[in-house]
Amino acid sequence: MKIYVCIKRVPDTAARIRIASDGVSIDAAGVKYIISPYDEFAIEAALRLKEKQGEGEVVAVTVGSAAAAEQLRGALAMGADRAILLKGEPGWDGLETARALAAALRDAGADLILFGMKAVDSDQQQVGPMVGEMLDLPCITVAADVEVEDGIALCHREVEGGVEVLEAPLPAVVTMTKGAIEPRYASLKGIMAAKKKPLEEKDAQLGAGRIRLEKLSLPADRKEGRVVGEGPDAVAELVRLLREEAKVI
Amino acid sequence: MATVLAIAEQRDGSLRRVAHETVTAARTLAESVGGETHALLLGGAGVESLAPELGRFGADTVHVGTADVLADYQPDAWASAVASFVKEHGFDTVLFAATSTGRDLAPRVAARLDVPLASDAVELETEDRALRITRPVYAGKAMATVVVDAEPRLVSLRPNVFTPIERAGAATVSSFQPVTGESRVRLRERQQATGGQLDVGEATIVISGGRGMQGPERWQILEELRDAFGGRAALGASRAVVDAGWRPHAEQVGQTGKTVAPALYIAVGISGAIQHLAGMRTAGTIVAINKDPDAPIFKVADYGIVGDAFEVVPKLAEAIRAHVT
Ligand SMILES: Cc1cc2nc3c(=O)[nH]c(=O)nc-3n(C[C@H](O)[C@H](O)[C@H](O)COP(=O)(O)OP(=O)(O)OC[C@H]3O[C@@H](n4cnc5c(N)ncnc54)[C@H](O)[C@@H]3O)c2cc1C
Ligand SMILES: Nc1ncnc2c1ncn2[C@@H]1O[C@H](COP(=O)(O)O)[C@@H](O)[C@H]1O
Repeated sequence: MKIYVCIKRVPDTAARIRIASDGVSIDAAGVKYIISPYDEFAIEAALRLKEKQGEGEVVAVTVGSAAAAEQLRGALAMGADRAILLKGEPGWDGLETARALAAALRDAGADLILFGMKAVDSDQQQVGPMVGEMLDLPCITVAADVEVEDGIALCHREVEGGVEVLEAPLPAVVTMTKGAIEPRYASLKGIMAAKKKPLEEKDAQLGAGRIRLEKLSLPADRKEGRVVGEGPDAVAELVRLLREEAKVI
Repeated sequence: MATVLAIAEQRDGSLRRVAHETVTAARTLAESVGGETHALLLGGAGVESLAPELGRFGADTVHVGTADVLADYQPDAWASAVASFVKEHGFDTVLFAATSTGRDLAPRVAARLDVPLASDAVELETEDRALRITRPVYAGKAMATVVVDAEPRLVSLRPNVFTPIERAGAATVSSFQPVTGESRVRLRERQQATGGQLDVGEATIVISGGRGMQGPERWQILEELRDAFGGRAALGASRAVVDAGWRPHAEQVGQTGKTVAPALYIAVGISGAIQHLAGMRTAGTIVAINKDPDAPIFKVADYGIVGDAFEVVPKLAEAIRAHVT
């Protein structure tokens, strides 16, 4: 089985975001970059499928600058077999990123293409299902896990008030959320091995994008809050404030 | 003339609150450019009975498409029905709700129409004919203001942000035969868990518990507080308690969970880590209950009580019950 995993290089979730002086980008100084957390779930799911089946290949793919090779190496260190860097600067239009990925994956012979449910920088939650549509493949989004049985992908999906079990014939696209499994850490051995694994580079077929960023800003600061009081005695005052001042109850 | 289409979300025979929000936002947008407001209502037989309600929230015309496969949300059938409808009619702007359904549906429609999608907008602003969309990025740590250079402009709206406005209005209802295509993703089974509880992403009141709750068996006091609000509230959780297996991931609020914007957010025994704040800082009013006066959550909370959750929360539930009923 051939599994492709699409991953994105994003700022560490603990990073404080500062806007650069151009007003349309973030100040990258001192910011650590990571594999987007949901994409790590996708890598883990792919590796487990391969291990369970006892055969197959896991390929990590990204659209990004040369620096994104670092995240591909990270995926290789976790256990992916090879990686593809589609060189280009992904913008704010997820449709273009999807197009670049779809172009690279169209004839790649994938049985399964995994995504994170969203990248934690653009927060668009769209690239996976867009690739699915472009390649005319069935797509399950926000899956907590993925199993393969007789050429069918089987996923659990949390929905309001329950869990759905969904199935789609392979080849299929699945976007992953956090489930019961934790992504593995790369072992030292894995990190060493990753250096020798193939990392192919080609140019991304990336269009200009039709979502134009006018400005980035920091969210308005919340106004200074206050401590109403201590312990259960403060409840009456809290309820009064919620009713009379905040008017939410 | 400018036309704005709202995709109206319904489930089990009723319109969801987000449908009111989407149609109202469509109306506001259409009025600002002197255009018309349309709503698209898809579902199984009988769904047309919901059309007048959409009229009251601002739709001039409600397009009703019924088919058996549309009775429940099914990605392929819905994407096909919406995309072919939009293609046939040509709208300037199409608004979705960024609910779990909307987040699944909108990108598929965008790809089928070959236009971009701006997800999870919290603000729409028109100037001449240009539409400025503001949406949170970096998990709410920054806001991006974007313009979409394509038509139709596809936008999904964060639930609970756009206030629904009801008015005296009646819509023209127009029925059509939706193009549903074939469904490749099949629902094998639905395991009912808590039975129709509100989703944390859509509730107007969210009560979240963190590690300070000390164990899954102690959630009862939060459930009682939720119930005190009479069906408007949902439970949320910090990642620490989701990782510990105390609560399902569907309840997680934060950077790797849901982003919520309820009118009222109550954080109980949650320290207020940056990744948690990312998911709830756009809430209307934030209340924190924590025994540590230095917990960072107090920096973003409008109102805080320093104290033991197990003493404060039951008292609060009691006071809310007395107030609500
Ligand atoms: C990549 C990444 C992504 C993450 N994503 C998320 C996310 O999406 N959501 C999220 O929430 N976190 C996320 N985190 C984790 C985050 O950093 C914190 O670890 C987590 O939010 C802490 O949860 P907590 O507040 O419940 O626990 P703690 O930080 O342990 O806080 C517990 C609090 O309870 C208080 N307390 C204890 N006993 C009582 C009592 N009896 N009464 C009242 N108060 C009491 C304590 O004073 C303390 O403030 C992420 C971390 C990483 C690295
Ligand atoms: N530049 C990229 N390169 C590779 N995969 C990406 C890229 N951007 C997004 N993705 C994938 O698409 C998912 C959803 O991203 P988004 O729609 O931007 O939230 C991510 O979790 C990744 O799996």
